[in-house]
Order: sequence, then C-alpha cells, then structure tokens
Amino acid sequence: MDSTKYILGIFDDPDEMMKGIDSLKEKGVSIYDVFTPMPIHGIENKLGIKESRLPIAAFIFGCIGLTAAFCMLYYMLVYDWPINIGGKPHFTAPNFVPICFEWTVLFSSFGMVFTYFYSNHLFPGRTPRVMDLRATNDRFVIAVNAKTNTQHDQIDSCLKEAGAVEIKHNDRKYVSYE
Amino acid sequence: MSSHESIIREPLITGDNITYAKITDDILVPVENMPNKAWWIGFTVASAGAMLWLYAVSYTFWYGIGSWGLNKTVGWAWDITGFVWWVGIGHAGTLISAVLLLFRQNWRNSINRSAEAMTIFAVICAATYVVSHMGRPWMALYTLPLPNQYGSLWVNFNSPLIWDVFAISTYFSVSLVFWYTGLLPDIATIRDRATGLRRKIYSVLSFGWNGSVKTWQRFEAVSLVLAGVATPLVLSVHTIVSMDFATSLEPGWHTTIFPPYFVAGAIFSGFAMVQTLMLVTRKVLGFENYITMFHIESMNKIILLTGSIVGVAYLTEFFIAYYSGGEYEQYTFLNRFIGPYWWAGCMMYGCNVLMTQLMWFKSVRTNIALSWGLSIIVNIGMWFERFVIIVVSLHRDFLPSSWAMFYPTWVDVSVFIGSIGVFFTLFLLFLRVLPAVAMAEVKLLLKSSSEQEKKKLLEQGHVGKEQAEFYKENLIKYDSVEQAEYSNI
Repeated sequence: MDSTKYILGIFDDPDEMMKGIDSLKEKGVSIYDVFTPMPIHGIENKLGIKESRLPIAAFIFGCIGLTAAFCMLYYMLVYDWPINIGGKPHFTAPNFVPICFEWTVLFSSFGMVFTYFYSNHLFPGRTPRVMDLRATNDRFVIAVNAKTNTQHDQIDSCLKEAGAVEIKHNDRKYVSYE
Repeated sequence: MSSHESIIREPLITGDNITYAKITDDILVPVENMPNKAWWIGFTVASAGAMLWLYAVSYTFWYGIGSWGLNKTVGWAWDITGFVWWVGIGHAGTLISAVLLLFRQNWRNSINRSAEAMTIFAVICAATYVVSHMGRPWMALYTLPLPNQYGSLWVNFNSPLIWDVFAISTYFSVSLVFWYTGLLPDIATIRDRATGLRRKIYSVLSFGWNGSVKTWQRFEAVSLVLAGVATPLVLSVHTIVSMDFATSLEPGWHTTIFPPYFVAGAIFSGFAMVQTLMLVTRKVLGFENYITMFHIESMNKIILLTGSIVGVAYLTEFFIAYYSGGEYEQYTFLNRFIGPYWWAGCMMYGCNVLMTQLMWFKSVRTNIALSWGLSIIVNIGMWFERFVIIVVSLHRDFLPSSWAMFYPTWVDVSVFIGSIGVFFTLFLLFLRVLPAVAMAEVKLLLKSSSEQEKKKLLEQGHVGKEQAEFYKENLIKYDSVEQAEYSNI
C-alpha cells in the first residue's frame, strides 16, 4: 500500500498555481489547502470558501464597547457620585462622546483580532503546522489529500501541466521541527 | 494576479530579476546577518542618549519636578511640548498603514511596516513624558477610574486630560495589535529560514502562522476593518490632545480651530519623521529597489499638502485674533513676533510654512539630500510650534506682575534629547530583529507594479507610443533605474 499522505504541487508563480487549482477541480480532485507567502485574491471563490464573518464580530464587539463605556460613565458621573460643577447637569452627554468612541474602537479591534487568533488557532508558542518550508518564502503550494484522492498519477500530471516546479509525495502531513 | 496595471503608473519596485525569493533575501539581510558598522555607530549613540534619558528621568523622580525650569507662570513647558511632538510624529504610521490602505495606495506597502514601528516607539516616548511630568509616577494610577477608599471618588470624565488618557492608551494598544498582526506572516518567513534557537524564538513569535487560504483570507478582513477603525481613531487622538489646550480659557489656546489644525500638524510632522528615517534606512540597508523615488516624492507631496494646511491654520488664527476684537487674544498673537520669544515664532513659521513651500519644485521633491534636510527642518519647526503654543502663550500672564520667562535646566534638555535616544534605540533594535519592509505585501506588487513587468510590456510592444513615452519620462527621476536600458525600447 502507498504510504503517501499528501501530494504537494509546488509552484513558483501564483497564476500558474491558480491554473493548477482549476485543472485539479476539473478532474474532480478535492484540494486540502493552499499555502502561499502572500494573500492571493480570488482564491477563496475558487476553493469555495465563504466570506469571513470577522467584520460582523468586530461590529458586535464595537457595540459592546460603546455600551460598556456609556454605562461606566453614567454610573460614575450620574448615579454613583454626581458632582456639582457650577450647577451644571450631571448627565453631560457631549463629554461622554470621546471615551465612548475610544472604547468602541478598542473593543472592536481587540475583539476582532482575538477572534481571528482563536478561529485560526494562532497563539504564541503554537507549533507551526507547515507542509513545505518555502511556502512562506517564494513557493505557492497546493496540498491534496492522497488518501481520499487515489489517482496519484493523474494528480501529478495535472499539476505538472499547470506548471508546478516540483511535486512532492509526503508520508507525513507536516514538516515538523525536531 | 494576472491583471497588469496601467503602464502610465510609476513602478513601485525597481530593478531587474526581482523574484519572490530575492525580495525575501534582500529584506532579511539586516535580520539574518550581523549588523554593519553604521548600525553599531548609530546604536551606540542612540543608547548613550537612552542612558541620558534614564538618568534625567530618575533625577526628576528623585528630586521632583522642581528640577525642571518651570515656574508659577510657565507651569507646562518642554514636557508637554515633547509629549505633543512625539504623539504627532506617531500619527504618520497609522496614517500610512490605515488611511492609505483604505485609499488603495499601494506605495504604502513598502513603508508601512517601519512607519508603524515608528508610531509605536513615538507613542512610547510620548507616554514617558506623561508619566514623568506627573513627578510622582505612581500617581498615574489616579488617572484611571479605579475603585478606591474615598467612597470611590471617580476621575473627572468631563476633563480632556482624562479623555487623553483613554485616547492615547487606546491608540497605543490598537497600533500595537495592528502592527503585530501584520508582522505575523513575515515572522513566519524568518522562522522557516532559520535554524536552532533562532527558529525556536521566531516560532513562538509567529503564533504558528502557516499561510493557508483561510489564514490569509481572514488576515485581509482583519487588516481592512482595523484600518477602518484606526482611521477615525488617529483623528480622534490628536483632536483630544488639542482639546487639552482648546477647552481652557488661555488666550492662544482657546480656539475652535485647534482639532483640525493639530491633526494636520501631526500628519505633517509624522511624515517628516518617516522621511527622515526612511531615507537613511533605504541607503544603509540597501532598500533602493523597494523604497523608490516615487515613494520619496509621494511623501514629500503629503508633507507639502499638510504643511500648507498648517499654514492656512496659522493665518486663520491670526485673522480670528484680529477679528475677535479680544485684546488678550490679539496681544498673544502679536507677542509671538514682537515679544521676547520672537525667535521661536520665526522658527515655527519659517520652518513649517516657508521652507516646505520649496517642495512645489519637482527638483526639490526628488532630491534626496534636500528632502532629508527639509524633513529635519520640519521636525524642528513642529517642535517649535508646540513650544510657541505652550510656553509663549503662557509666559505673559494676564497680570504683568506675573510675566516670566522659561529657562530650561539641564534636566529638561536631557529628558528631551534622551527621549530621542530612546526612540532611535528602539528603532535600531527593530531593524535588527524584524523585517523593516512588509515582505508579503511587497510580494503582492511584484507581478503588477514592478519595473521589470512594465519593461516586459514595453518590449512586447502592446503599449501605445504616447503612454510609453510618458512612462519613460516618469522613470527619469528614479535613482534606482538604469536609464540607458530604456533608450532603445
């Protein structure tokens, strides 16, 4: 039995890699993931990845920040210890604006970034799950699961036709760091 | 990817045979090798400055604010001048990374990383002023609304100084997050090229980045939304800084024009500082192909624009002082020229308004030595702007018996010079351990906006003759382009 776990099509040009994705899809080969050194625009449509909902998360966190700031200011200035400043009203709404705004921004950016880290499992010290070390430098890597896509020769020729500079049959999923 | 951009746009990456690998190699030279002599000289001088800062601030904390030259009339001087100066400088980084991203200005890609780093270090310098001017640094806690034993007496949220605490700390932390998230892919690049302990360190720092489709897709969503919220944030920060002054009843401070005037001034001084740093970094680290003459000229254009906005604000202030009919207001502005601090006024108006007008000339904008000199002049001028606004407005109080002059002590001077040392120490360390140019973002431009791609288009002859001529004319200003190669295309 073939011990290959993943087939990697390694490209040095993003356009050729996109061609590779197209021809693999034509052949009905499912793509596990693609690793690139830079964002590739339009790739998520090709791979059928839905639009990120992170902006929605940012909006919700922003609303929470706004509410938190308003409640804090209202509690401290109006409810808990109203201070008489020249007989002016305690509820000085215009003066609430700057801090409400700052907390909206603070909560939405931190909330969104930490949601991003959480959803992609990014945290300090996480072992990098890298399939090819040059994928962060100058190589564009298409990874195909060899267990579910069994016609390995066809995949190879497909990738080669599209212009892959190298094709790897890896027995291990990740190039781990020992 | 394959969409080529119009030939009439100037290239953002110059040089032949630039590949993705070459971009990585070029940009990581200072990170993966021992630093050169220029770096060591710079670092020695800068860290000497940082030591001076440490000594002067420790002296301040030990003996108190009395060691500064402040007096009853001039109760705010070099400390707040330095604070506003540094915060203003910081604004350019966010502007480049956020506002220019929203406007799809691709030339930002090669300068945003170091500009953001500059923002963070400048805000650190500004924050040290805030803490040290309290004299008793532990009192900084009293600016936060923390429960306390006085029945929980809260802070006065009606005061712009408290807004400032919130604005500056939000600004600092959001900038830091923005910067670090952008760094993750580049740290991963260093990690995958390194061995041994270096790999371990960069591995921890890279958060396990692997460049998969979803990582990039969400990364771009995060960058865009962060840019969207950072844009109003950066405007709000200097607006609130200006309110520290504008909400007082002090003639010279009590003006409604302050928020836009301060924001324009902040962008102005920040771009000047980016220019100062970028021109040196470009030369010393050999980034001529990535930070091109187009970048330099674009920054000079923004300096010219914001400098002119500042000039209009100055004129408006004078007109309004005259038009208001307020004697104290009028005297304050007249005093900037005929008072004992006339030389500070001349520095302010001369450096900021008159000198930057030279940038209307293309030959000035594309001259590296002149651009660098002018960027330093703007930095000096913007320091004097804050000095004039703060000290010169204060020193002639309402009662002539309270009139005084401000004479800085050696501690004032050392804290200021030392803060520049702190800034450059941090910046030089940054250049040494992290990539000074956002590699992933520069790689994005390689197939669309590089000189070599555009040259291919020219050679293939798919370009109209007029457009080709226009493009070649634009290339003449580049110092990193071999002009001879274009004579027979």
